[in-house]
Amino acid sequence: MKFLKFLLIGILFGIIAVKSEIISWYRIYEMFKFGSFHMYGVIGSAVALGIIMVQWMKRGGLKNVDGNPITFNDKAKTYKRYILGGIIFGLGWALAGACPGPMFTLLGSGYSVFVVVIAAAVAGTFAYGMLRKKLPH
Amino acid sequence: MEIIMQPWPWYVAGPAIVLVMFLLIYSGKEFGVSANLRVMCSAIGGGKTCEFFDFKWQDQVWNLVFAAGTVIGGFIGANYLSSSTEVEINENVRQELVDFGIADAGESYLPGEIFTWEALGTAQGWIILVLGGFLVGFGARYAGGCTSGHAISGLSNLQLPSLVAVIGFFIGGLIMTYFILPVILTM
Repeated sequence: MKFLKFLLIGILFGIIAVKSEIISWYRIYEMFKFGSFHMYGVIGSAVALGIIMVQWMKRGGLKNVDGNPITFNDKAKTYKRYILGGIIFGLGWALAGACPGPMFTLLGSGYSVFVVVIAAAVAGTFAYGMLRKKLPH
Repeated sequence: MEIIMQPWPWYVAGPAIVLVMFLLIYSGKEFGVSANLRVMCSAIGGGKTCEFFDFKWQDQVWNLVFAAGTVIGGFIGANYLSSSTEVEINENVRQELVDFGIADAGESYLPGEIFTWEALGTAQGWIILVLGGFLVGFGARYAGGCTSGHAISGLSNLQLPSLVAVIGFFIGGLIMTYFILPVILTM
């Protein structure tokens, strides 16, 4: 029962991902071709509103469901991993046309072959785990 | 209802994604989908061979449940809340894809000939489906997050490392789109 709300939030996100077309390989390709404002508008408006929301939460505007103040973790202040990992992620994002969330959503929307894409993403994550200590961070 | 059945514009989609982020943070969690891939590595026993996966994945089951929800949401969205799966992309971009051999560009969410089980019989299919997925999984964990964790959550929290990661996403995406994809699509 405690997981039901996360299932419902996931369903909501899946519907949003379909309806906003962010699951579309074509939208990702078009974004990297600077052919439309759509994806920039989706991410940009989410970030603009998100900044306001996070600031409000940090100033104690809201306690979470357990009654505790909401806290945010700062990311480690290194840069190699973010730029190198980011580039590798970007190569895959443009190639498969899907980031991790949409991979699951596309599976549900009827493209069963995304089982393979997700399995490959798990394999990629596993490979990172094995190589982690040898990579610059 | 008609408005719901049409594709949603960016100014509806962006705030709707923030609603999802709000619900997760309010529930004491965070919005970051790729963490699931690490949880799956741990759940299948990865902790035995690699300490990176040696953690109590049972504490992260909520995120797997969230991912299961996004599968169901994809089913509902595509089958019951969409009058068409056509994606109206920029005409010049669409024509370019047609020239690359994707004759039905824009007629569904993605190139129908590539995203099939049959495509796994071709080098092109392996590159796009398997190598593409692998790079997403590897890069997301190396960078410590994906589109949701860095581009949405991290930037919303004004994290400079997330901005660096997003710049990386674009460097990789532009290299792939302009220099590598044209070769792969015309294979």
